[in-house]
Amino acid sequence: MTYAINIALLLLLIVTAASATFLVKELMSSVFILGSYSFFLALVWAWLGAVDVAFVEAVIGAGLATVLFLVTLFDTAPKDSRLRRPPPPLAGVLGLPLLGVLLLFAANDLPSLGDPSSPPNVHISPYYLQQSYADTLTPNVVTSVLMDYRGFDTLIETVVIFTAGIACALLLKETKS
Amino acid sequence: MKRQHDSLIVRTMSRMLIPLAQLFACYVLFFGQYGPGGGFVAGVIWTTSLILTFLVFGLKSPQGRLVERMLHGDGAGLIIFVGVGGLCLIGGGEFLNYQHLEIPGLEAAERRYVGIVLTQIGVAADVAVTGISIVVSLAFHDTQREYHV
Repeated sequence: MTYAINIALLLLLIVTAASATFLVKELMSSVFILGSYSFFLALVWAWLGAVDVAFVEAVIGAGLATVLFLVTLFDTAPKDSRLRRPPPPLAGVLGLPLLGVLLLFAANDLPSLGDPSSPPNVHISPYYLQQSYADTLTPNVVTSVLMDYRGFDTLIETVVIFTAGIACALLLKETKS
Repeated sequence: MKRQHDSLIVRTMSRMLIPLAQLFACYVLFFGQYGPGGGFVAGVIWTTSLILTFLVFGLKSPQGRLVERMLHGDGAGLIIFVGVGGLCLIGGGEFLNYQHLEIPGLEAAERRYVGIVLTQIGVAADVAVTGISIVVSLAFHDTQREYHV
């Protein structure tokens, strides 16, 4: 009973926040509502058991991204942050709900959550779950996969983040006249 | 944002909450072997605490200058990560095989712990410096620049 109520409430919050982000008239309010949307998404991740992802979603989505948007908005004139929206095109009004129904229909064929016989759960996950402590002597399976089995992957991800930071600093750096 | 925040409440609360966020980041970093968390999450939490520092106290304050000085550490995290991998190579194993870290007096499990914690510190430092550098170059690009990213 409470399970169903939780899902319905989360779904309601997420859909409300997502649509309010688009419908609100001012960009500043839109940014804050987007931050709250990230918080609700973090709740979903935590509910699915992915606490790492929930952490990152809450901190980056609600914290860092909001600050980046705000800092950008501070540099714009007030007339740029107030929106005048043209009426949506007819193709979008008719086509998007149709696409949604199609996706819902296709979602029937997805394996249910935590199904032990679904393709991702039979490929290599059982090996990690059973052997990771013997192989890596690390209690947390996620950490052993990230830092040990796939250490190269994490290393290159770090290189990507480093490159992104350097590129941003170079792009945004004021050229000396 | 360029100067100190006017409100006393904001400044006092930030003085209390920023160290708390940083303590939590350290907890997430060193507890990543046993629970959810790890280098990336810790680095991101650390970044937000530092960004809050110069949103509240301004870039010119002593705290802001300290954060600004951290930008010189760009790439240090990557060097730590690759360095640990290189030490594993020197120890006779594969790249990033932490069991071959040559630290006398440590069991295999402890070697792996040290290796993973060091690499996660590298990831956290890299993420934190990158986040600060993006926000600093975005927020303070129109003022006269006295800092070097």
